[in-house]
Amino acid sequence: MLAKRIIPCLDIKNGRTVKGVNFVDLRDAGDPVALAQYYADSGADELVFLDISATEERRKTLAKLVYHVAEKVNIPFTVGGGISSIEDVDILLHNGADKVSINSSAIRNPNLIDDLVAKFGSQCIVVAIDAKIINDHWKVHLMGGKVATELDLFDWSKEAEERGAGEILFTSMDHDGTKDGFANEALARLSATLNIPIIASGGAGKVQDFIDTFKEGKADAALAASVFHFKEIAIADLKKILKQNGIAVRL
Amino acid sequence: MCRNKYFAAFQVIRQWIHKMKIVIINYGAGNIQSIKFAVERLGYSAVLSDDANEIKTADRVIFPGVGEASSAMKKLRNTGLDLLIPKLQQPVLGICLGMQLMCNSSEEGDTHGLGIFDIEVVRFSNKVKVPQIGWNQISDLKTALFKDIPENEYIYMVHSYYAPLCAATIAESDYGLRYSAALGKDNFYGVQFHPEKSSAIGEAILRNFLENKAQ
Repeated sequence: MLAKRIIPCLDIKNGRTVKGVNFVDLRDAGDPVALAQYYADSGADELVFLDISATEERRKTLAKLVYHVAEKVNIPFTVGGGISSIEDVDILLHNGADKVSINSSAIRNPNLIDDLVAKFGSQCIVVAIDAKIINDHWKVHLMGGKVATELDLFDWSKEAEERGAGEILFTSMDHDGTKDGFANEALARLSATLNIPIIASGGAGKVQDFIDTFKEGKADAALAASVFHFKEIAIADLKKILKQNGIAVRL
Repeated sequence: MCRNKYFAAFQVIRQWIHKMKIVIINYGAGNIQSIKFAVERLGYSAVLSDDANEIKTADRVIFPGVGEASSAMKKLRNTGLDLLIPKLQQPVLGICLGMQLMCNSSEEGDTHGLGIFDIEVVRFSNKVKVPQIGWNQISDLKTALFKDIPENEYIYMVHSYYAPLCAATIAESDYGLRYSAALGKDNFYGVQFHPEKSSAIGEAILRNFLENKAQ
């Protein structure tokens, strides 16, 4: 049986992990490779690296990081942040990334999804969507949530699927940072509308939130950052409890 | 002296590594860097090549592949690898699309395959989410490839097409229906999953391929 996935997300700036990582037992928690290895050994099913650097050097630095992660880590990982061309994706996949996620660039140029799928295949193209409720409608946002668009979450994710996206990574901006659970109603609707896997993101605070997002939100995977980085939830314990609740996980 | 003993042991290991020639077929299809790294994590080294002589003289050949079947097959035909691979005598391991291309045909792009495994690759029905992405279990394990691998362990899969159960099935998995997680025939193995991304279990399976005699 296909297991539900637990995915820690690492924010990367200039080749280093940033913000809120509190690992006493790691010599260098700012080292993305060490942190990735730690998570792989703790039972994470997959990793997401989100690059938030804004320097000229970013592409080169990120490619080097991807290479070193692939060298050491024996679970799959996705790289996102600022990816806007076939060339960007080519460099990352060649250095060992398994998947890439695109967000703002796909909204600005939806054909990018088709182009990437044609060249690299659906299986490695994740479309990430940030959205929040405005006047009772889930509106898609650009630039990490800074700029609102007129796009509807459900329309846009359907279009991404039709253009060949292999997965949707949906972050609810309304839930992100609240630690009060995932956007399960919207997630369940996405799962019912689409026939590709959905990764839930935004709102993880306690173990019950993960149980709920898999059961009520019908999510295929759940992504979180701070609850793992600050060791509020240990992945091994989380998976044990998920299993006790009848959710298929890899132990 | 103790140090000399360690040095001697190190030399023996070094020689063993050098004796074993592992070639990963490089025909421009997908993430082969990860496979090379996985082989290296096991203490071996691997060469990436599309050269017929390099491939023919290898002790082990890994045939990777991600992406779309018909364009990958076209690349094999352009380089003559489509004629070479089925004639190889040493153990060969196809991974993911590599395994699918070793079959008779694939529904994807109406592709004619290498015909090593006598089965047609077909698409998952829309009763399940396609592609299947994530960790699934493998069972009914057969052959030396799965020596000492327990039943029902999780491995990592990413695919929209699958090989149905057939005479060559040496591992099964379940995604809406039971299908071939691995195929085997003579010196040829194919795995639908990614051993290079399947944690310790994947590494154990890869080690079996490198160290055990084909059955």
